[in-house]
Amino acid sequence: MDFAAIVVIQVLYAIASLALISLGLAIIFGMMRVINFAHGEFLMLGGYAVLLPVEAGVNLWLAMLVIAPVTVGLFGIVVERIIIRPLYGRIVETVLATWGLSLLMIGLASEIIGYYQAGAAPPLGTVQIGFYREGAYTFFVIGITAVIFVAVYLFLRRTRFGLIALGTMQNADMAAALGVNVNRVYAATFGLGAALSGLAGAIMAPIAGVVPIIGITYIAKAFITVIGGGTVFLAGTAAASVLFGTITQVVTFLSTSFGEVALLVVAVVLLHLLPEGITGRFLRRGL
Amino acid sequence: MTGIKRRTFLTGSLAGAALGATAGAFPRFTWAQSGDKIRIGTILDLSGPFQPFGTQKKRCLDLAVEEINQKGGLLGRQLELVSYDAQSNNQLYAQYATQLGLRDKVSVVQAALQSSSREVIRPILRRSNTLYFYNTPYEGGVCDRNTFSTGTTPGQLLANMLPFMINRFGKKIYVLAADYNFGQLSEKWTRKLAKDHGGEVIASEFFPLDVAQFGPSISKIQGAKPDFIVNTFVGPAHAAFYGQWTAAGMKKQIPIASQTFGEGGEIQRMPPEVSDGIFVCYSYMDEIDTPANQAFIQKFKAKYGADYGYLGDLSMSEYMGIYLWAEGVKKAGKLDRNDVIKALESNISLDMPGGKVTIDPATHHCIFDMYLAVAGTDRKFKILQKFPQERPTNPGNECDLVKNPNTNTQFEAKI
Repeated sequence: MDFAAIVVIQVLYAIASLALISLGLAIIFGMMRVINFAHGEFLMLGGYAVLLPVEAGVNLWLAMLVIAPVTVGLFGIVVERIIIRPLYGRIVETVLATWGLSLLMIGLASEIIGYYQAGAAPPLGTVQIGFYREGAYTFFVIGITAVIFVAVYLFLRRTRFGLIALGTMQNADMAAALGVNVNRVYAATFGLGAALSGLAGAIMAPIAGVVPIIGITYIAKAFITVIGGGTVFLAGTAAASVLFGTITQVVTFLSTSFGEVALLVVAVVLLHLLPEGITGRFLRRGL
Repeated sequence: MTGIKRRTFLTGSLAGAALGATAGAFPRFTWAQSGDKIRIGTILDLSGPFQPFGTQKKRCLDLAVEEINQKGGLLGRQLELVSYDAQSNNQLYAQYATQLGLRDKVSVVQAALQSSSREVIRPILRRSNTLYFYNTPYEGGVCDRNTFSTGTTPGQLLANMLPFMINRFGKKIYVLAADYNFGQLSEKWTRKLAKDHGGEVIASEFFPLDVAQFGPSISKIQGAKPDFIVNTFVGPAHAAFYGQWTAAGMKKQIPIASQTFGEGGEIQRMPPEVSDGIFVCYSYMDEIDTPANQAFIQKFKAKYGADYGYLGDLSMSEYMGIYLWAEGVKKAGKLDRNDVIKALESNISLDMPGGKVTIDPATHHCIFDMYLAVAGTDRKFKILQKFPQERPTNPGNECDLVKNPNTNTQFEAKI
């Protein structure tokens, strides 16, 4: 019984962590159609935006929930202005540019921060579930991911800026004709995606550790999740996280080696059956 | 990355052409200059997931070469390192090993981190008659006349660490290992050596190198209730285990012995709440408190900064590799591969920062001191026990390259 509870918690955690690391990409790639190969490094930067302040004595929660998203969000706005803006609509060039940015960020982090930066200990202690112990932080990740998704949904659906951003992504020319400063909307939306990536990297930092190359472990999964989700980026990413997270984690319980394989197999089968992702057929009216 | 730079190439060939025209007597003057140096090849992961290991290993190679050159070189000639970055990619290992053997014609290759990379380049170098040193602790058993290893074997590491852990904590062992030849074969040796010392492996799990989520495994370990864990984790993704293990409150419950912990700077990176209490067993540790090692560490700090990170035997083995090979060349008096191998097989022995190191002629591996240590709360290892002059022989190992020089295989644990 308590083992069943543990399995359920672990599955929820797998779904949450997949959704969390993919959300920033869902905005930047799913909503804006910008292929950001430096997404993993945005997460890495978010991790360091927690570790370095914590090392300097800043409160962990303040660093994680405020400093990291703000820092990476501002960084994202700068990146958008310098690298992304001249390349909108030029997919291959964007891929190359962001890939270059990814390599540059790994190189800079290796040179400046290196591999010996002290990490932060996972906070919150443990929860006893029958015979098993589970980190309380696991529940925190599940909870905060749900909160973040709801917040992003409400922000895009209920605020003036959110609606303008959605409209601009649908038809930039029309938005411009209606007097919207399209460039500013693009920059802000990219910044939002970057901030969410930074937040995700920050939340993962205490339990996954941060090294300059940590992005490599995130990037493929994030892209598979967003692509599997399809055009309706928010509902799609959530749905794909549920599907991939559940199957991966259940398979991992059966055999560790095949967990990651299962993710890829499911993604291949899914894209074969639904070439436009989950939301190509389901949840088409969501966000 | 090396290779011929265009400018030097142009200058060289122009100078050569000029000399060829004016001084016909010395047409190959420029070539003789560059050929004067003894070339040592190396392939390491200087970028990609294994960058932190490769970078530190390369520093040890550089330092050894620099020291030998300052003392006048080898056979009166300076050493030159021909270095390639394999970018943590085994295909590039194959390509660069071929280049080193056939194009660069180096005298020796000191290369590779992962066992999988070693098994890619070992046959290539053997075919091109290029002497090979593998300088990384590994699963042991490679028996190949062309290959020498300065890394530890299970007969040195597990055979000392397992009895210590079994005596202190109990018999039931849970193995967590990287899912490739290093992890797989190490797990076999763990089962074999645990049995030899009255212990038992109750379960083993293997993780592909990009797995960074260990929740299900941590639950399974709690269910299995082992007395301790033996891990063979490799790379940055696997290092995430320790934080998750601590978050689940398991650190005080079940102790961990690791084959790899600390060699990538984990002890500096992880907070003591996560790292303290992890047991390791290595042939070299930066903390060794002898005048020889203190002097070495001072020299390393002077060159690479006080915050150089951590070396461990993973990197020190590279330093040993260069010196042992150089000693062989000195004894042979020439660079010919066969003569150098014969010299290396004549019980060559050197005092290295970690203590005395001798090449065992039968296995082409090294005899050295082993240190059992535990990670402390001060981000340093505390050495608990020293096992002097441990032989590299694995139990039941049939490797004898003196008697059977044509052997070319890797002996595995027989269970």
